[in-house]
Amino acid sequence: MKVTIIGGGVAGIQTALALKGLGHDPVIIEKEDTLGGKLRGWHRLFPVMTPARDVLEPMLKQLRDQQIEVMASTEVQAIESDGVVTSRGKVESRATVVCSGFDLFDATLKEEYGYGIYDNVITSADLEQMMNNGKIALADGTQPHRIAFLHCVGSRDEKVQQRHCSKVCCVTGVKQAIEMRRWFPHSEIYNFYMDIRMFGPGYEEMYRSAQQEHGIQFIRGRISEAAPVKGGKVQIKAEDTLVGRPLKMTVDMLVLLIGMTAGCSNSRWTECTGLSQSDSHFMRPLDMFEGNVRSELPNVFYAGTVTSPKTIGESLNEANAAAMRVAAYLETL
Amino acid sequence: MIDFGFGVNTARAINMDTNDLDTAREIFDRLPDLQACMACGSCTATCTAGAITSFNFRKVHTLVRRGEYGEAYAEMSKCMLCGKCRLVCPRGINTRGVVLLIKKKLGDY
Ligand SMILES: Cc1cc2nc3c(=O)[nH]c(=O)nc-3n(C[C@H](O)[C@H](O)[C@H](O)COP(=O)(O)OP(=O)(O)OC[C@H]3O[C@@H](n4cnc5c(N)ncnc54)[C@H](O)[C@@H]3O)c2cc1C
Ligand code: SF4
Ligand code: SF4
Ligand code: SF4
Repeated sequence: MKVTIIGGGVAGIQTALALKGLGHDPVIIEKEDTLGGKLRGWHRLFPVMTPARDVLEPMLKQLRDQQIEVMASTEVQAIESDGVVTSRGKVESRATVVCSGFDLFDATLKEEYGYGIYDNVITSADLEQMMNNGKIALADGTQPHRIAFLHCVGSRDEKVQQRHCSKVCCVTGVKQAIEMRRWFPHSEIYNFYMDIRMFGPGYEEMYRSAQQEHGIQFIRGRISEAAPVKGGKVQIKAEDTLVGRPLKMTVDMLVLLIGMTAGCSNSRWTECTGLSQSDSHFMRPLDMFEGNVRSELPNVFYAGTVTSPKTIGESLNEANAAAMRVAAYLETL
Repeated sequence: MIDFGFGVNTARAINMDTNDLDTAREIFDRLPDLQACMACGSCTATCTAGAITSFNFRKVHTLVRRGEYGEAYAEMSKCMLCGKCRLVCPRGINTRGVVLLIKKKLGDY
């Protein structure tokens, strides 16, 4: 019998590949018409600037080669003890792996930064899109000279009910600052941060090279507000907390490093008996250690960012771990 | 004229639109490793001058970065060039070299 996998982002794809490798029969159910999840929107990946395509394409090829069943444009509505209910009817299975991922923080909720109101305030996801399209420009088509990045937009912020740290945005901000330096060698680039969290292999080194080799200026302080000024520019205010004085400057472009928020499907999953959410509405795994890819139900498992912000590598690791847990569970039946 | 006791206060905000950032850029071009400062404060903690005066080496070179040279230059004269800061900097910055360069570059401010 089948194992249903909810969501075809990197976590879902890898779970399917690993389960197939272990001799099982996975089916990926994805609400969009294509697989890949958020990865489809990224240009180059930290920490070594790998083109996102180079990660996704080989995975999709393996899926095709191994003839793994995919139900695209199909939304899972509920998890039940003997399978899942989808927009196209019931799919029976003996185990379910929830890989429904995260949502991008909606930057319009931080009105004080003017996203969606002022022309040249964009998000990190918009910037990835611009790079994928091969053109980064201001709203009037000209090149930005002074660029500011703001860390922690929609993370570590009680005002928008997001207490957690999104983990990937610091390194994304440093990566994008370096990319901007390459696009615009003579620009001035500033990153406004509260803490710089460089937890992964090569991340701290990347931060240092951003400072030393790419001349990115790091200013410790959260931008409190942005205001439009003449010519489509944006004036920002922050405290330079390292010298203890307020600071203001006008920039051509403000890039908001938006966080990862809990996936909107999570409220559905908690409607199934037994599953619950942890802080900031991410799904709660059985425990933080040996049970980190298991849920509170024996036949439901998790992999990827459905349980907390993670990198692609971490999501892939969890996918492999979840597949092994599923296989062990199926043997007990 | 009657003195009503009012004065005009200069704005405290660091204004990155009007500050001259070119001089700071010249300093960084000469000593690029200064850019790698991660504001740990080790230099200030161990500083001989900082132990007996309000001198804060980390803060002073951060001010330079923002184009606030007047304050930075006046403070720099408190440094005794002992070089202890260089021994402790985890980023290996030639901090004593920074002092000398700032004094040389900012003499006009
Ligand atoms: C701006 C930004 C840049 C990033 N850059 C990098 C990087 O350079 N390197 C790196 O390692 N990581 C990066 N990340 C993190 C990376 O995006 C995630 O680790 C990865 O996308 C997580 O994959 P996932 O499969 O868990 O979730 P997702 O990519 O969110 O996939 C979940 C999938 O589930 C589907 N789904 C959801 N609900 C349902 C439902 N009810 N029914 C059916 N399908 C459903 C969704 O449509 C989606 O396709 C970045 C994150 C951000 C925010
Ligand atoms: S990773 Fe950095 S930018 Fe993202 S929420 Fe955490 S501290 Fe803020
Ligand atoms: S060289 Fe100057 S700044 Fe460094 S420790 Fe000595 S007195 Fe302090
Ligand atoms: S010791 Fe080095 S890294 Fe730390 S604050 Fe001083 S100059 Fe910066």
